[in-house]
Amino acid sequence: MNSATTDNPADWKLPSARKLGILTLILAESALFTIFVVAYLFYIGKSLNGPYPSDVLEFPLLGSLALFSSSGTIFMAERCLHAGNKPGFSLWWGITAALGIYFLYFTGSEWHHLIFEKNLMIATNTFGTTFYSLVGLHAFHVIVGVVLLLGIFIAAIRGRLQPGHTEHVEAISYYWHFVDCIWIVVLGVVYILSVRFQP
Amino acid sequence: MAHDITIEENYRMPEPVRAGVETGSLTRIIQELVFTVDHKKLGLMYIAAGLLFFVLAGLLACLIRIQLAVPNNHFLPPDVFNQSFTMHGTTMVFLVGMPIAFGFANYLVPLMIGARDMAFPRLNAFGFWVFLFSGLFLYFSYIAAPGLYAAGAAPDVGWFAYSPLTTKAFSRGHSTDYWTLSLLLGGIGSVATALNVLVTVFCMRCPGMTLGRLPIFVWCMVVMAFLVILALPCLSACQIMISLDRYLGAKFFDTQSGGDAVLWQHFFWIFGHPEVYILIMPAFAITSEVIPVFSRKPIFGYPIMVAAVVAIAFISLGVWAHHMFTVGMVSLANAFFVTSTLLVSIPTGIKIFNWLATMYGGKLRFDLPLIFCIGFLFQFLVAGLTGVMLAVAPFDWQLSDSYFVVAHFHYVLIGGLLFTIFAGIYYWYPKAFGKMPDHTLGMWHFWLFTVGFHITFLPQHFLGFLGMPRRIYTYQADRGWDTMNLISTVGVIFQVAGILFFVFNLIYSFIRGKKSGDDPWDGWTLEWATTSPPPEYNFAKFPEVKSRRPLWDAKHPEDPDWKHE
Repeated sequence: MNSATTDNPADWKLPSARKLGILTLILAESALFTIFVVAYLFYIGKSLNGPYPSDVLEFPLLGSLALFSSSGTIFMAERCLHAGNKPGFSLWWGITAALGIYFLYFTGSEWHHLIFEKNLMIATNTFGTTFYSLVGLHAFHVIVGVVLLLGIFIAAIRGRLQPGHTEHVEAISYYWHFVDCIWIVVLGVVYILSVRFQP
Repeated sequence: MAHDITIEENYRMPEPVRAGVETGSLTRIIQELVFTVDHKKLGLMYIAAGLLFFVLAGLLACLIRIQLAVPNNHFLPPDVFNQSFTMHGTTMVFLVGMPIAFGFANYLVPLMIGARDMAFPRLNAFGFWVFLFSGLFLYFSYIAAPGLYAAGAAPDVGWFAYSPLTTKAFSRGHSTDYWTLSLLLGGIGSVATALNVLVTVFCMRCPGMTLGRLPIFVWCMVVMAFLVILALPCLSACQIMISLDRYLGAKFFDTQSGGDAVLWQHFFWIFGHPEVYILIMPAFAITSEVIPVFSRKPIFGYPIMVAAVVAIAFISLGVWAHHMFTVGMVSLANAFFVTSTLLVSIPTGIKIFNWLATMYGGKLRFDLPLIFCIGFLFQFLVAGLTGVMLAVAPFDWQLSDSYFVVAHFHYVLIGGLLFTIFAGIYYWYPKAFGKMPDHTLGMWHFWLFTVGFHITFLPQHFLGFLGMPRRIYTYQADRGWDTMNLISTVGVIFQVAGILFFVFNLIYSFIRGKKSGDDPWDGWTLEWATTSPPPEYNFAKFPEVKSRRPLWDAKHPEDPDWKHE
């Protein structure tokens, strides 16, 4: 620990507080999601009455595609930002927000279908309880993400985005990637695993 | 002394001139408190609010002990008794232990790492105000939640609120909702503050303050913050689930509709056991600073001490079901949780031995902080030994939910945590106010409180052996429990007297205490490198750090630590 590098103030480098802050928040959010995922896994195949996952769930192909590709578009937006390409940044960033909004629309119509046609509600059975709470918690995070994305988008098209805001933008993109990763877990647990269990 | 000159010249900036209301007026003081984002003011506000809730929860404990003093007592009706132990437990854990820990972390971490404030000062203020609101909200239930005869009703489901007690059928009215929402809010505030502590330590250290040179206090606070980040969201998830169950008819814990009440226990204790370590980390933190300074020796085995707290935190994430041996788990699960729980005692033992080794051969100065820390060492050892006993499943089957358990965790939380909080308050009081705490009053506090504490809680071990269950509001005269219950209640008088001395000492020393100077204990960590109380910016010039004891280096240029480390 006594090497010259650590004792020379000029060489003193520390991680960025904003990045570490958002990573810590992501860690906390992961703990929150873990409990809901475990609850879902625990109650697979334990509902006393229907409807069951295999009866009503359809693979959310378009919604998932939208959300997964939004991770790509936000990556493109950041590349444009680092290259100093402001219009490119606004374009890719706007597409990301639009994909997020489409995902929310998709989830909304899926829920509408489940509630009004399949008669599955949060109080119907443990499947309904764990399904709506897990998918709903994720959708809530998407809503927060979309609000953040739109905030940056509006700032960008009004020309308010300064070079000092790069870290804010990166923090939001970390969060967005996290929301995306959570969807991979939800997709695997809810739409791939649980539909394979016959009641 | 030579280093005093350095402090005067290097660490002081001219006082900033401020416009607005004149200083000292009441409006100005309130304004300062409400608008401040200064980590030191927020730290003191955390500790002050924590102590206020401590008095409230202490009064509830007095009610409980008066009710149990004699058999067939009718001092409290049963429902009020249930509310009292629920509010006592919830308050002590969420509104006393954690906020005071956060207060110490807030006040000291930036000073110890040579930073001017926390990484996110406004988030820091947010965390404090959310915590305070959640506490007031919980107590508001006494007035607002509809109860019997149109009187208020506080939560009465116990601090771990086992299902199905919390379902709509068994908990009518809104008392459980006050509990749920208050803890949900408090969880948000705690995560915000813990995040802040973590980021501050990793991103705000002054040049030369490598991770290997952090004071152990800071290491313990990092580990505590890390546990808060991992554990508190689990509690939030639990609270969301209860609310969904109660208001949207969800079936998480509704056994009639396929839900599972034991799942609640797992989820709660996945939070609840790390929580215990969150509460004991500040005790480790404070002891690890006080013992070296008052033994005039550097801490024994620094790397091992750090490794031990990290190991304790890691193991603590995998021991939760030792709270649930009596539920009836499969024997493999029992074996796993017995083993993992017993494992905790290894790093904890290392810590105790290292503190003793630090004191061994040292020039002990029996000032108030060290005296309280010595009390901690003995009492925490007792708590650890009863903990090891309870970790063994067959033993736990006999004594779970008895007064043995009550005695065990009060030895942890009072004998362990509270004693070090007193030590910490006496140790850093001169730092915060520039006045010395009164030694004689402090000794009265120590002896009255220590004696009272043991009179109250030592007999409870035996009450547990004699089969007295916790949370009963009264008992019959022929059980053989009366004498020890009476003794236990008598102890409370001593404890209350001790606390009165403590509170009086805080006020008296603030007004009449003798001036302490900047560094009254001849400390070694950076908080003593600035003035007492520190200016708002902490350090005008960042201190030089080349070893684990930067102030030793500054005071002893002829034999600095960095030549030996």
